[in-house]
Order: sequence, then structure tokens, then C-alpha cells
Amino acid sequence: MGIKAIIDRCERLYRDVDLGCVQEWKARTGGKAVGHMPVYVPRELIHAAGLLPVGVMGGGDDVEIIRGDAYFQSYICHIPRSTVELGLAGKLDCLDGMLFPAICDVIRNLSGMWQLMFPGKYVKYIDFPQTFNGAGREFYRFELASLLLDMEQLSGVRATRERLNQSIALYNDNRRALAALYDLRAAEPSKVPTSELYLLLRAGNVLEVSEHTAILREYLQLARERGRPRHDNVRVVVTGLFCEQPPLSMVRAMENSGCYIVDDDWVLGARYQLGDTAIGERPLDAIVDAYMDGTVATATRYVEGDDKGAFLVEQVRQRRAEGVIFAAASFCDPALLDRPMGQKALADAGIPYTSFTYSENTGQVQVIKEQAGTFADSIKLWGVAA
Amino acid sequence: MNASVQKEESMVMQKKMIGEHFETLARAPESGRKVVYTFVPGNLNELILAFDLLPVHPEVNALQSGMRKLSGDYIQEAEKQGHSEDVCTYVKCDIGMLKKGNIGPTGEKLPPPDLLLLSYTGCFTFMKWFELLKQEYGCPVVMLQVPYQADGTITASQREFVARQLREVVVPALEEVSGKKLDEDRLKELLASSARAEDDLVYVWESAKHRPSPIDAYFGGVYYIGPIFTAFRGLPDCEAYYRSLRSEVDYRIAHGMGPTTPEGELREQKYRIVVEGPPNWTSFRDFWKIFHDEGVVMVASTYTKVGGLYEQGFRHDPAKPFESLAEYCLGCYTNRNLPARVDIIAKYVEEYEADGILFNSIKSCNSFSAGQLMMLRELEKRTGKSGAFIESDLVDPRYFSAANIKNRLESYFQMLEAKRQAA
Ligand code: SF4
Ligand code: SF4
Repeated sequence: MGIKAIIDRCERLYRDVDLGCVQEWKARTGGKAVGHMPVYVPRELIHAAGLLPVGVMGGGDDVEIIRGDAYFQSYICHIPRSTVELGLAGKLDCLDGMLFPAICDVIRNLSGMWQLMFPGKYVKYIDFPQTFNGAGREFYRFELASLLLDMEQLSGVRATRERLNQSIALYNDNRRALAALYDLRAAEPSKVPTSELYLLLRAGNVLEVSEHTAILREYLQLARERGRPRHDNVRVVVTGLFCEQPPLSMVRAMENSGCYIVDDDWVLGARYQLGDTAIGERPLDAIVDAYMDGTVATATRYVEGDDKGAFLVEQVRQRRAEGVIFAAASFCDPALLDRPMGQKALADAGIPYTSFTYSENTGQVQVIKEQAGTFADSIKLWGVAA
Repeated sequence: MNASVQKEESMVMQKKMIGEHFETLARAPESGRKVVYTFVPGNLNELILAFDLLPVHPEVNALQSGMRKLSGDYIQEAEKQGHSEDVCTYVKCDIGMLKKGNIGPTGEKLPPPDLLLLSYTGCFTFMKWFELLKQEYGCPVVMLQVPYQADGTITASQREFVARQLREVVVPALEEVSGKKLDEDRLKELLASSARAEDDLVYVWESAKHRPSPIDAYFGGVYYIGPIFTAFRGLPDCEAYYRSLRSEVDYRIAHGMGPTTPEGELREQKYRIVVEGPPNWTSFRDFWKIFHDEGVVMVASTYTKVGGLYEQGFRHDPAKPFESLAEYCLGCYTNRNLPARVDIIAKYVEEYEADGILFNSIKSCNSFSAGQLMMLRELEKRTGKSGAFIESDLVDPRYFSAANIKNRLESYFQMLEAKRQAA
């Protein structure tokens, strides 16, 4: 397959709100599928029980909200609205269960709504530790053990140590491929347009992990070899979009504004872990350790100590970025409450930034393009934001 | 004793307690008393008091600023400093107040915190709030994570998780800041006192089953929770307050009286309503008046349970201090899942023989508001009672549209009337 064919396929998957490929996977393997909301869930654990983990990231700009509006008040982000819409329209029927990770009050309450709306379906809220000491570790271990038991019951497959280790290995491989993709983009941004990277990431929500990794590797090889003109763009990190995802049109608008995006936090669950999960005698403990000891400092996670914002500053340095764009979903409490702290850390480090909000069905991409363009111009001209 | 003397006693007591508390706080820098900022839901007041520390509750300051019409300026100040328009206004009100000198509700300056006790109950915003305050004050933070009751029950693992954090993390942090070892006997005394006050508060809530109801469990209720949800639970003053409140309620029951409201006694009670969601503070009196004028009494509310659902049987227990504190934190209203919240409201509708259900959806507060429309539908289905849904904010005056709210409520009451006629 050439790059175009790979990206076309990923775009079809991105637009496939009926989850056709999940239905195909189920028909082909006879297995069951479990959906999960952003940001992070331990997918290797679901996979080890023979289930297909499916990332549910709202409806984007393709889904018209008809019923979802009747379930939510005016002042709320868009992703719960479109997720309810998809659920009520039967588009998530192929999912045999839904997981709601503890990231904010909206997703938290959505878990209860799901219990009320789909009483026959498996629903679990996963409470992640925000306290990174012994008590937190023990609690999380217990949470995961009970999740694993549920997954086994759902699939009828026992997640043996061997199976867990196999799944861990597959996800380690996937994380490495993604890391390589991000590294290539940072090193040679002209070779990995962000809109392509974004579609590749999104495909990981619905494809079985080994198939996704294979596509990533194929793309990587082709991208390395491709010759594309390099523009005099400004290198930026984009942050704040870890949950409600921007529409593809917005990603394109941002990259056509004179910016090279050299790091970002979309589909963050796929890159939540910074390193490998250990393979060995106690795979469940290894998954717990990987979470406790080596995950990203995103807004939904409590940061102990005094280095709030340090992660972002470090990301800018590592990627040799010249500025940061804060893009957050409207009404997204975690992102927007976190933003002033990130901005302060950047200001202290002398790194320019700009900020805006969007929603997954935003049609105003021209405005966003202009703002990103002005930001890029001001960095080019003066080395700082206007 | 006549009614007005009765009425004044508990209110005067509360006012005095609050006044003295803020005075003690204002003097803290000279007296050397150490100050702990912490949140209302699931607060660890007995533990804080056992170390002789002084608690400050930023939400209470924010609501007081709302009532004193200062919150609008504070919020704008925070927005000027780069805080988003979209987020919880309690946080912005608090930050704006800090930027403008940190003057508390009694007009005196609040002392800065020596410790931020981040008790993480029922709302993720709390976590961000104290991350922000930590930057402002540069003081230590101690985190107490309280897991969510996602399946509507408290599991042994959750209870153990919270109790273990209390023992291993929170107590050492309080020992460090206070310079004292924990005196468990003192803690037990405080917990026993809390339980006695909690008994009296439950009696007060349940009095609303009478007709006419001697209390307003929402507008009046926010005063009744003042001492028990904040700096006083565990203290003799708090116990005395609830004893006094209880005898006032008894007096009103004996005399067939309704609650005292700013507009006078509400004796003619046409509709009995259960309320979900916090009130609006910036137009609190006007909001209350709309209901008073229509002869509406609030017989139960969920907002008054954010600091504990005592009527479901929970009491602080000196026999198992840490476990009971853990259970307290886990049991607060917004820490319960949506199906459990629906059950609680449905039970209120039944037990308090309510005519309808009101949802005040707060712009700021996803913890309460996300999913409320669905809860309302579910409740209408289950109870057969009609619900009303209005939107406002806690402390941002820009989001309280008096005319809209009044219109909507008037049509709602007309609908209730029509339903009644038809029955
Ligand atoms: S967009 Fe933000 S507020 Fe909305 S569900 Fe996601 S994390 Fe929560
Ligand atoms: S979101 Fe709601 S519960 Fe949380 S701090 Fe704001 S007002 Fe309080």
C-alpha cells in the first residue's frame, strides 16, 4: 500500500461512526468488543481477555445531534452529547460493554447515564489513582484485578499470565511504533503531515492492535523515504485536546497556518505511557507500575510537588518547539482549569503561547487557522507571540 | 417561649459562631494558630480540630461573596488574569478574591493557608482548584483521594483506601503542620459530638414530612447545614446549635407553623417540591421569593446533602474513627452515581409527598449538572410527578436571568395546578 491508500483507509475508519470495522472484526473472530471513553484505559488487559478495545471519541463533525441535546444542559462540552447520540441511535450496539475512565465529572456522570440508558450492557467506571503512594498502588491493583475478572466473564476467556504478557508485548510494540512516528514528525515534520498522523492515531481506536502497528510501521517506512518540500514553518506543541477530539478540518487548518506541529496530546490514551510495560511473572503488577511510575502529566492527573507545567516545558525543549498552542474543548474543566498553570510555566521559561477553544463539530476553522497563523508570524518576526 | 424568640436563637447562635471563627482566623498570624484550607464535601473537620488547626473553606467564601454581590467583580478579575469563562465560578471567585486582598465575609483579611488539604470528594475541579492555590500560596498540599461510588455502594477496598491515606498521609501532614501528635481520645470526643448533632439535623430534615412543613429544606436548609458542614462539626457550639434548631422546629410543628422566610412565615403551602442542585447565591433572596410568592415549600433537597447524607443512617463513629471518616467522605451526595441520585430523589418525592421536582442546573458545576436532564426524565417516569428545569449559576451574576427563571417557574406552577385540578 502507498501512503495515500493507508491514509485513505484511516480516513474511512475515522468517518465510520457505525463502527463497521468493529462489526467485521466481531464477525470474523466471533469475539466481543468493549468501548472506552478517553483518555486512558489499560487496553492490554482487555485484549488479553480476548476482547477488542474500541476507543469511543464522540461523533466529530459527522454526527447530527438529534436526541443527545435532550440529555444535557447548555454549558457542557460536546463529547457526551454526541456519545449519547451515537448510543441512542444504535451506532454503538456492537460494543458489548463500555468503560468510563475517571478523568472529569462529565465522563464520570456519563457512566451513570449509561447504566440507566443501557441496563443490559456491561458498564464500568475505572477509578485511577491520583495519589501515587502505597495506598494508591494497592487500590489501583484492586481496581484492575476486578476489571480483569469482569473482562474474563464477558469474553469467557481466561487472561492467563501468558496471554497478558503477549498483549503487553503487542501494546509495547504499538507504543514504540507511535513513538517512532512522533519522533519522525518532530525530526522531519514535512514528511509526516499532522493530519496524516492524526488519522493514523485515530485508526488505533478501532483496529486490533497488531494490525494497527503494522499500518504504522508501513507508513513509517514510506514516510521516511518520501520527499516533500520543507517550509519555513514555526514548530509548535499543541496541548489541551486529550479528550474531545478536534475535527480533521481543524487539524488541517492548523497545519496549513504556517505551523509544524511537533507534539500534541490528541488520542492521548495511546501515548499515555512513556515507556514499556515490563513482561514477566506478574503482568498485572507491571501494568499498575507502568501507570504509577511512567505516565504523562496531563490535566486530568494530579501533579504532586512544585513542578506543575514542567512536563510541558520539557516537551517544548525536547521537541525544539518555538511555541505552544493551547487548544481545549469548550467547557472542558480539566483542560481550561489547567491552562493558566501551563501558561505560567511557559511564561517563566520565556516560551510564547496562544490559546483558543473548539468543539468536535466546530465549523469555524478559518478563525482558528488565522489565529494559529498570526501566532506563527509573530514568532517568526519577533520570536514571541503578539 | 414565643416563635420570634425561638427563631432568633439558632440564627443568632450561628451568626455568633461564624463571627468568632472569622475573628480567630483574622488573628491567626499574631496568635500563631495554623490554618488549613479544605473543601466542604467530605471534610475532615474533626481531624483538623483534633490538631487545633483552623479550617477555611474556599467554597463558603465564594458563596458568601456571591451573597454580598462581590463575586461578579472577583470572577472578572480572575478572567482578566487568564482564567477561562467556561469553568467553575467558585474557583474564579476565590482566585479573584485572593487577588483583591483576600478579605473574608466579615470584612477582615483571611490568613494564608499553612496547608491545603485536598480532600477529593465528588468533584474533579477541587483537584485543579488546589493546584491553582498551591501556585498562589506556595504552601504544601496533602491529597486525599476519595473514590467514586460508581456502582452505588461503598466497597471494602474503597473504604480501606481512604482510611489508609488518612493514617499514612493525612495525619502525618497534619502532625507536621501543627507540630503535635494526634490525640486519638480528642478525635473520638469530637466524633461523638458530631454524631449527636447529626441526629438532631436528621430530625430537622424529617420534620418536613409534616403538613405544613415547619422548614424549607432548600433555602432554609442552606442555613441549617452551615455549622455542620464547615468549621464547627464536633464542637459543643455545633451541638447546641442543632439542639436549639430542633426545639424551634418542634415549636413550629406544635403550633402548625410554616418556616420563617425573609418574606415572613410560609404557612399557606400550596406545593411541596423536592430540589436537585445548588442554589444561586447572587440573587438568593429574589430566587427564594419567587417560590414564597407562589406558596411553594421545598420539602427536601440534594444540595444540602453535599456534606453528608445523614438521613440514610451514616453517623461519625468514635468507635472506628478512621473508617467512619472514610465512609463520611465516600458517602457525600455528589460522590454517588446517577442511578443512586435518582433513587435518593425518588425516595424524597415519595416520603415527603412532594408535588413536583425542580432541577436548578448550575452552569459552573458539572459534578451536579452533567446528566441532570436525564435524571429528570427518569424521575418523571418513576414518580409520575412533573419536573421543572432551570439554569443559573452559583456566583456568576451574568448567568442568573430573573425574568426567564420566573416565567419558566410560573408556567411550571400553572401546570402543577392544572394537574391538581384534573386529578
Ligand atoms: S472534553 Fe473535558 S470536560 Fe468534556 S468529557 Fe472530556 S475531559 Fe471531560
Ligand atoms: S464544580 Fe461544582 S462541586 Fe466542584 S468546585 Fe465547582 S461548584 Fe463545587
